[in-house]
Parts: sequence; C-alpha cells; structure tokens
Amino acid sequence: MNAVSSAMPAASASREMGFSRVLGAYLQEARAECLRYLRNPGFMIPTLILPTAFYLMFGILIGRANGPDAPRYLLAAYGTFGVMSPGLFGFGVALSMERDNGLLTLKRALPMPPGAYLLGKVVMSIFAAAVVSCILVLLATLVAHVQLSAAQTAGLFATNLFGALPFCAMGLMLGMFIKGTGGPGIVNLIYLPMAFMSGLWFPLSLMPKAVQQIALVLPPYHLNQVALNVVGLGQEPVWPHVAALAAFTAVFLAIAVRRLRRHG
Amino acid sequence: MNTNASPIARLSSVVKRYGNHTAVDGLDLMLHRGEIFALLGPNGAGKSTTISMLLGLVRPDAGRVELFGEDPQQLVARRRIGVMLQSAALPPTLRVGELLRLTGSYYPAPRDLHETAELAGVTDLLKRPYAALSGGQQRRVQFALALCGRPELLFLDEPTVGMDLEARQKLWTAVRHLVAEGAGVVLTTHYLEEAEALASRVCVMARGRVLSEGSVDDLRARVALKRIRCITRLRAADVAAWPEVAEARDEGERLWLSTDSAEIVVRRLLDADAQLGELEVQRAGLAEAFTELTRAAEAPTEDNREAA
Repeated sequence: MNAVSSAMPAASASREMGFSRVLGAYLQEARAECLRYLRNPGFMIPTLILPTAFYLMFGILIGRANGPDAPRYLLAAYGTFGVMSPGLFGFGVALSMERDNGLLTLKRALPMPPGAYLLGKVVMSIFAAAVVSCILVLLATLVAHVQLSAAQTAGLFATNLFGALPFCAMGLMLGMFIKGTGGPGIVNLIYLPMAFMSGLWFPLSLMPKAVQQIALVLPPYHLNQVALNVVGLGQEPVWPHVAALAAFTAVFLAIAVRRLRRHG
Repeated sequence: MNTNASPIARLSSVVKRYGNHTAVDGLDLMLHRGEIFALLGPNGAGKSTTISMLLGLVRPDAGRVELFGEDPQQLVARRRIGVMLQSAALPPTLRVGELLRLTGSYYPAPRDLHETAELAGVTDLLKRPYAALSGGQQRRVQFALALCGRPELLFLDEPTVGMDLEARQKLWTAVRHLVAEGAGVVLTTHYLEEAEALASRVCVMARGRVLSEGSVDDLRARVALKRIRCITRLRAADVAAWPEVAEARDEGERLWLSTDSAEIVVRRLLDADAQLGELEVQRAGLAEAFTELTRAAEAPTEDNREAA
C-alpha cells in the first residue's frame, strides 16, 4: 500500500472507497438481483405461480373437503414449498449458468465487493420468499377464512424468510457442482421429489414407512414441521427441527466452500 | 522516481501451467499509462491466460503479477481497472442504465451515467433491456461498463467482434479519448488492422512466450523483407544462391522468394528470364509480420523441412 501511494500519490487519494460507497455497491447488487428476477417469467412462474396455484387447488378448493384444518395445514406446507424455489433456482440454477456464461468471471474481474454477488442472491431469495408468503397468507385468510393470530402470522413470515436460507445454501452447493444449461433440469429433479417426500403435498402419515424415514434427512420436512407448529398444528417440540435446518445450512455451505477452494 | 515511466502493471517471469500444457512460459511485460498495448497471437498463444492473471482471475504458478503495485486479487488494485471480456452474458432483463449504475457502484469515483453513455455511444439504449439489443449494441454496452468506473487501465478483449464498421470506428475514437485522458489500454484482438490503427505498442505471443514487442513500425521492420512471386523457368535452387536473396522456393508453378533489396532482384530476374510473368512484389504489413513471426514459432519443424 505504501509503495503504491509513494509512486502514485494523486491517484491513490481518489481511489479510497468510503464505507457508504461500499454499502451502496452491496445495495445496488441486491437491487439488481431482485429486479432481474422479478422480470424473469422463467423464475417467477415456478416461484410464485406454482405454490399459489397448488394452494388454491389442493389447499382451498379440494382441501376443504378434507376437513376444517386442511387449508391451515397446507398453508404451512405450500409456504415451505414456496420458499424452496428461490434458493434452489434463483441461487443454484443461476450460479450454474453464470459460472458457465462468463458473468461470474466478469464480476470477479470487476472490483465488486467480496460477497456482494452471493449476498445479492440471498436478499433476492428472501424477498421472493416474502412475496410468496404474502400471497399465501392473503389467500388463506381472505379466501379460505383461516383464522391466524397476529403472532401466528408474524411467526409464519419469520419461519418462511429464515426458511429460505437452507435452500440458498443448498442452491449454492448445487450451483458449485452443476455447470451450464443442465442446471434447471437437475435442480427440478431434486426439487420436486424432495418436496413430495418431505410430505408437502400429502401428509407423511399416509405414505410408506420408508418415505417417512427418508423425510428425516430432507430440509423441507423440518421446515414444514416448524411452520406447522407456528400455525398451531404441530405436536413436537420445535427446536430439533430448527437445529436440523441450521445443520443442513452449515453442511451445504461447508461443501460449497470446499468446492470453491478446490476448483475456484 | 518518475511517475509517468513507472509501469501500472507488470508481469515478471510469469509461468502458468494447466496440467502438462504450459500456457504462459516465463513472460515479462510492463504496461504504462497513456499507451495502447496490443497483445496479439494465434489461438492458444497464452493471451487469455495472461489477461486472466492481470485481472486476478488466475494465479501464476511462478513469477509475479502486479497491478498498480498490488496483487491483482486485491480489490484496491482492481478499483483502478475497467474490464471488457470476450464473452459475458449480462443479465438479460436488466436495462442498460441499471447495468451501468450497478457496475459504477463498484468504483470509488465513477463517471456520470450520461457521460459514460455518451462516450460509449449507448445514450439511446439506456432504457432498453439488455436482451433486446443486437450483438453489436450489447458489445457497446459492455464497453460502457468497462469505462464507467473511470479506470486508469482498461482491458479490452476482442472489443469489436460483432460490430459494424461505423461502431468499430466509434469505439476506436472513444479508446483514443480515454488514452488522451491518461488511461492505459490492454487490447487483445484478432483484427490486425485494429491493432495497427490503435496500438502504440504491439506484443506478439506464441506458445506462452513473447515473440516480438515494440511499436507497429518496429514489428513491421522485423520483417523488412519483401516478397516476390513470379512464373519463371528459373530454378529456386539457383535463385537462392544470389547474394540478395534471403530465401527462395517453388510454390506450385510459381517461384517465391524473399529479399531485402527487391529492386535489384527484380532487375536480375527480368534479365535472366525474358519470358518471366505474373510478377508480384509485396511489402510486409503487420498482418504478414504477424504471420511470419507466429508461423516460425508455431511450426519450426515444418519450416525446416520446407527450407531443406
């Protein structure tokens, strides 16, 4: 640093980047990520339309026939389903594409603050999770007349927003292994069976014993249990599920970082 | 220490291997303010690896890479550069103005949005989504992103691929403007006329090494020989023995020879063979100098066989 400033005194002075400008760069990156996905139907349809449509069909139209608690039960389940895709697609698929198409290379060559790229994607995923949660809660309360207390509503939002994080980590990990246009197909092959086997579409109690066992190692199962608890339908203590989600997040991150170190 | 003479980027004895392949093999380069440095060479010569090391994307296996006296992986160093890569798929749904604002936010003192747009000729595109642009327009936007941070060193990798002639000349004008402001430019290109029009210094690489470095004129002078081709009954072996002739060989039905005193050789040829026809005398341009230099480096064994 000293060697540089002595060689080029005038230039160095103007190259100091204040805290507010660095913060501004993070904000611009997050804003750009949100904007680009809001305008991308290929992302918005699976993220917003699918959970909404499924909830309308299975949770509200058919669900009421299954008993008074069905819309409430499925509000938790489709909330979980909804917050899975921003991380898996917005993070995983996007990363696999951008590692392939030169965008990530350009960003790494540019003086983008470290972490702005990943943080921008996390913000985008949480934002999308918030939007899908809003839609589902509005449908549940206004159309299906599910009674939610203010605490339950707030709790469900918090669960869904934090719940997006394990899937961001999972997306990051997948994105580090998959490269190029195969991304969407592979992620769908993981996303849909994982949702099914976690009991998001049919209660696990109706499924074979083997599926019930597998569900224990799937993050959506645990997030769904937390969400069910929040809306008043859970039976167990919540903390083992929260701990499981934290552990999944840590493991996915660790694998992604390891891969990043080895392969760059 | 004279600030103007001190390099803004430097590679010293840099080596980079990929497996068994040595992409860059003991490279020494210095880049200065106010110069346009063209890096030329056939595919696989090591240009991209060299640029990647200067940008901090790739670490050298040996040697030292410095950008403004720092490791290029340091953010402080890269805040002083602008980058236009050969292929970068920018987010298709973002508008040009948004892309410029985002990229500008990475820099301490970026140019005003409209100044950038004006310089790169994208003022009329600011509100359009990137995906709606033609290939040439996208290239102009990428150029705008490269210069928006008021860089002191600009990396342009094949900047005018996909541009029409007018757009290309506008980009050249903008590059000259930036250099006049004191920026240095590293240009890689396959268009030799581009290097000829822009570059103040040309470096030809092949097989990870520098073959030749100097001004365009220096490079041309390295191939001071002129080429003579004609149809004649004279035999290449006899002509090759003339003192002025550097090299002579048969190329199909033609005699091909190179010489540094074309006038004397032409007179002698015409004296020796009154029936001589289809006489051509060619001066080596940058393109030929380049071909000459790289062919010699790429296929030395083949050249030896031809000469023998």
